[in-house]
Amino acid sequence: MSALEQPQFSEARKAEIARLVTRYPGAQSALLPVLHMAQEDFGYLSMETQKLVAETLGVRLMAVREVVTFYTMFREQPTGQYLLEVCTNAGCMLNGADELVAHMCDALGIKVGETTPDGMFTVTEVECAGACGGAPVVQVNNVYHEKATPASMDELIAKARSEGGAA
Amino acid sequence: MTIPSDPKQVKQICFDRIHIPNLTKLSVARENGAYAFLPTVLKEFDAGKIIDEVKTSGLRGRGGAGFPTGLKWSFVPRNTGKPTYLLCNADEGEPGTFKDRDIMRFDPHLLIEGMIMAGFALDVQDAYIYIRGEFLYETNVMHAAIEEAYEANLLGDNILGSGFSMHLTVHRGAGAYICGEETALIESLEGKPGRPRFKPPFPAVEGFYRCPTVVNNVETLATIPAILEHGGDWHAQIGEPNNTGCKIFSVSGHVNKPGNYEVPMGTSLRTLIEDYCGGLQHGSVPKVIIPGGSSTPWLLAEHYDAPLTYDGMIKAGSMLGSGAIIVMDETADLIAVTRRLAHFYAHESCGQCTPCREGTGWLERIMNRVEAGQGREEDMQVLNEAAAHMAGRTICALADGAAAPILSLLKHFPEEVRARLVENVA
Ligand SMILES: Cc1cc2nc3c(=O)[nH]c(=O)nc-3n(C[C@H](O)[C@H](O)[C@H](O)COP(=O)(O)O)c2cc1C
Ligand code: SF4
Repeated sequence: MSALEQPQFSEARKAEIARLVTRYPGAQSALLPVLHMAQEDFGYLSMETQKLVAETLGVRLMAVREVVTFYTMFREQPTGQYLLEVCTNAGCMLNGADELVAHMCDALGIKVGETTPDGMFTVTEVECAGACGGAPVVQVNNVYHEKATPASMDELIAKARSEGGAA
Repeated sequence: MTIPSDPKQVKQICFDRIHIPNLTKLSVARENGAYAFLPTVLKEFDAGKIIDEVKTSGLRGRGGAGFPTGLKWSFVPRNTGKPTYLLCNADEGEPGTFKDRDIMRFDPHLLIEGMIMAGFALDVQDAYIYIRGEFLYETNVMHAAIEEAYEANLLGDNILGSGFSMHLTVHRGAGAYICGEETALIESLEGKPGRPRFKPPFPAVEGFYRCPTVVNNVETLATIPAILEHGGDWHAQIGEPNNTGCKIFSVSGHVNKPGNYEVPMGTSLRTLIEDYCGGLQHGSVPKVIIPGGSSTPWLLAEHYDAPLTYDGMIKAGSMLGSGAIIVMDETADLIAVTRRLAHFYAHESCGQCTPCREGTGWLERIMNRVEAGQGREEDMQVLNEAAAHMAGRTICALADGAAAPILSLLKHFPEEVRARLVENVA
């Protein structure tokens, strides 16, 4: 999507949103779910996309902005095709999460929070993923990888590269 | 499901059938007892009887605060002319906690059945499961299970011909620990930032859209079907007085077999860690045990035989919390762990109370300094005072949780902190 293009929801999405709104006493309740849909459809939440969500639900843009900035899963910037989110909270830390992040960053030649120049990988540190029995936990585009190791992450990165980045 | 002859031998409630493959499918769940007792409840029970059974059971909320569930339900005003809402708290963000996830991904129908029963008792027409945004897989499992339940008329209008109608919707959060606090959860479900509300009014009276609202944890609601089927007395005999039933403990950290274990209340920390979790990775006794999630005070090796009950943990100087046990052996760097937790609370504070917003920031900055070997003796005093000053002075309990690791570290391991101060590392 070019910068000039206005984002639009597909007809199927519009129908889905219309159905969803009926499940709540007020339309604004659908804001988080609809932002998730928009992020899935458009990759991140640009200002244009946030306006689209505001219009679709009939809520003020300010209300959308407040929510987007409050919740960490909502992103206002694009990320790499593979978003690697490493939990470094207590349970994961006690099982080598810091060493794991360092290894991944080394392997990719980036720092935490950065994206590789080819736009393939972004590495971030996140809070407890609620899966500490499988520590350390890495979420790869929202899929949980438990008991992750430097070797398993190397493999994942190599596989992603060989697939030419079809996420 | 057969009623066991000796309740003391039954040690699992929420996980009773969890190891059966494909339980997420309605047909398999039904073959294994799901919804078998529901028609009886809808036909022969009324609100009063259900709430009485839950009161008799002694069930206390499994989300962290341990509030008696039957009592909470009895606070909901009747015939207000407003709808009553039931919200299932599946936000599961307390570091160390990962139990609700297993109920949802392996046995979603147990939770749905518990919610139908709770909803029936509270005259609820619309119920929601507020699930943390990261649990995408679990959200999809719940969606599919709910869809099947609708098709079988276990949800929707006139459930099983009973005249009772209830709708159930799964709602994803978006990465904010604070939304696990019940009033923040309500704000979030209204499409707003998750900032906790002042209490009173309590949600039971004025919650979701200012209507009577019950918020219960996943594990709490998943316990309801067994209580109604076997009776409140049956549940009350498991565990210990005032601490009845089973509890799922999420054990992580330096144990050989981390995971979720559902055991009767009163099981000791030692039994859980040695017999279920395969013991420690290094050494024979733990250095620190955080028994109820990162917001609860630390216990030491001397508490290894303390019973896992609400009362037992208070007596030992901590809290049972959500039952998330983080175990640290002699290899743990307590300063690094504390610094990491300080970062967590600073990141997750919603910012509306000054002591919490400022306090969590300070604690993090000082801990960063201490870990880097740049702390000074007076930093220890500032940490102590800042943490003590935050607790109990804010709208919600996040601030108390943020203070707990700092106060524990300074109380039990001041020498480890001192050894890292600039005057001692230089
Ligand atoms: C900062 C904070 C976070 C919380 N997070 C959760 C959570 O993730 N899940 C949960 O069930 N309860 C959580 N609680 C407790 C809830 O406020 C509430 O007590 C609970 O959902 C009530 O359900 P129960 O009575 O069944 O335990 C949290 C409380 C606080 C103060
Ligand atoms: S204590 Fe902290 S998290 Fe809780 S309401 Fe106040 S600022 Fe927000």
